[in-house]
Amino acid sequence: MSDIQVPTNGMEVVWEKPKSLSETRMHYCPGCGHGVVHKVLMETIDDLGIQDKTIGVAPVGCSVISYNYMNIDMQEAAHGRATAVATGIKRVLPDRLVFTYQGDGDLAAIGTAETIHACNRGENFLIIFINNAIYGMTGGQMAPTSLLGMVTSTTPEGRQVETQGFPIKITEMVATLPGTYYITRQSVHNPTAVRHLKKAVEKAFKYQQDKKGTCLIEVVSNCPSGWKMNPLEANQWLEKNMFPMFPPGDIKVEGKLIEKKQITMPEQKETKI
Amino acid sequence: MSEIRLMKGNEAVAEAAIRAGCDAYFGYPITPQSEIIEYLSDQGRKRGMIVMQVESEVAAINMIYGAAGAGARAMTTSSSPGMSLMQEGISYIACAELPCLLMNVNRGGPGLGTIQPSQGDYFQSVKGGGHGDYHLIVLAPASVQEMADFVYLGFDLADKYRNPVLILTDGALGQMMEKVIFPEYDPKAHKPPKPWATVGKSSNRSPNVITSLHLHSDEMENINIRLQEKYRKIEANEVRYELMNTEDADVIMVAYGLTARICQRVIELAKQTGIKIGLMRPISLYPYPFDIIAKLSEQVGGFFVVEMNAGQMIEDVRLGVNGKVPVGFYGRMGGVIPTAEEILHSLQLFMKSIAMKEKV
Ligand SMILES: Cc1ncc(C[n+]2csc(CCOP(=O)(O)OP(=O)(O)O)c2C)c(N)n1
Ligand code: SF4
Repeated sequence: MSDIQVPTNGMEVVWEKPKSLSETRMHYCPGCGHGVVHKVLMETIDDLGIQDKTIGVAPVGCSVISYNYMNIDMQEAAHGRATAVATGIKRVLPDRLVFTYQGDGDLAAIGTAETIHACNRGENFLIIFINNAIYGMTGGQMAPTSLLGMVTSTTPEGRQVETQGFPIKITEMVATLPGTYYITRQSVHNPTAVRHLKKAVEKAFKYQQDKKGTCLIEVVSNCPSGWKMNPLEANQWLEKNMFPMFPPGDIKVEGKLIEKKQITMPEQKETKI
Repeated sequence: MSEIRLMKGNEAVAEAAIRAGCDAYFGYPITPQSEIIEYLSDQGRKRGMIVMQVESEVAAINMIYGAAGAGARAMTTSSSPGMSLMQEGISYIACAELPCLLMNVNRGGPGLGTIQPSQGDYFQSVKGGGHGDYHLIVLAPASVQEMADFVYLGFDLADKYRNPVLILTDGALGQMMEKVIFPEYDPKAHKPPKPWATVGKSSNRSPNVITSLHLHSDEMENINIRLQEKYRKIEANEVRYELMNTEDADVIMVAYGLTARICQRVIELAKQTGIKIGLMRPISLYPYPFDIIAKLSEQVGGFFVVEMNAGQMIEDVRLGVNGKVPVGFYGRMGGVIPTAEEILHSLQLFMKSIAMKEKV
């Protein structure tokens, strides 16, 4: 499916689809954050004029075919291995801009080692980490980021500490590594959040151009299908339940950790869906 | 200018990689091949190569995927347990049709095993290893000279067919020191253009995508059909082997790598006892020299396979022989190197059994 024609009927064009975003119609579920993040990413690439210099690495997960939507050179990586693939690309093409686009299952479960080590080496690329607290593609199973008490297809009673451990905070973890330069948590649940995300992406690409080290942007996102909610409910649920565990905001800027208050674990029952 | 050096097999591989214009090496140390990353970390880096010791073999092979996809001549090496970890990435690389060079300095297994030489990874190397229907081009050196030579050949074949090439060798060849001649080789003349590489999309072309994902099964089948057509082409053009004393042999031994060298001694010992033994040494383990085995089956009383495993390549020899003559086997496992004397003894028993059958 391609070539979406929007009639302008002589009206002035005030907003256009980014040229780095292809004409292909996306497969994501209605209201899913993936599409919004794609748009922000490609819009920034347009703004910075780096379409011809950027190489993306697609993950395994719902966004596995993101290269169909991004009008740039891309490589698809095995589940979890995106930062290793990106390392290979960036090391042989140091003057190109490289980013990975990964879900929480991809980055925080099977790919933990690759993630931590790429950040620790200070690989000069951008990691986009979509945290929707669930495995979307395989049908809504528990992710390492699933909240305590959260009902998923593999935690029908809600995630329990005793059996499944705590939600993992990869972003805070990698912020402690000296190789990382800019670590931030953003979200896409409302227009203001999207605008903040765009600023973050812009910053990260600029840091990469200046060879500053690893930048990681966690995007707290939704999975209306996996969460079994409509898009509005999903975004409301996200704000209420995801933010206490994954609060938006910068964690490390220009290589310096931002001091944060201790985050308390939410009650298990509060996050049950 | 060509140059003569006295070197370990592993060092010769590393030196050849630099001379072959390898752009990037990503690896993880494991005995008995760690000299490669050590040599490259010194010489390779000094001479402009990207050489990285990374967190695991899983990461290393995926870095090869990224680098090869970005158009680089990329290489990694490992030994048995490390190769097992790389199999996921190798399957992806084979499907995405990325040229790269791999080397397995085989040690005794299964499991963590021993660091002594073995040929126990034959099945893994030539019959897949990772998931799906794919083949690597597999080359088996039998000397330090060939360890080096196959690096150039490996890169060239990888580029020619856009297919990963594996050099399958063992701990003894990796560690032994021999004379090695480095020929004149201009990498520039050997590196083909790679218009498919992901180097950043210029305005005059559509995006390059490197992937092994094909969600529709008919599309996936078409990719597989194309891969299989490529493999048939490789089978038609890239079979390599060496024959010794096969013209009037009663029995022909089949052995590759280190065991083939021991079998040369077996030929000499056999001569002293008055029996005529030949040797067919497969150099390419994939594509396998089935045709020459089939041809030789018409003229000999039997084949005798010698391996440092429980009998893996023997299956391919049997396929080539296709029941025409008996096939005997002698193997040692777990890192034990067979001696020429014990091979000869077993070979004599095999010949006796053939003679008995002929009498009946
Ligand atoms: C080696 C391997 N194991 C398991 C899978 C199956 N798998 C595909 S996607 C996925 C989870 C993806 O979840 P996430 O990364 O959070 O992305 P999302 O789908 O939520 O966007 C899994 C487990 C796979 N493709 N490869
Ligand atoms: S399953 Fe979830 S993450 Fe995947 S496209 Fe649908 S809403 Fe998005």
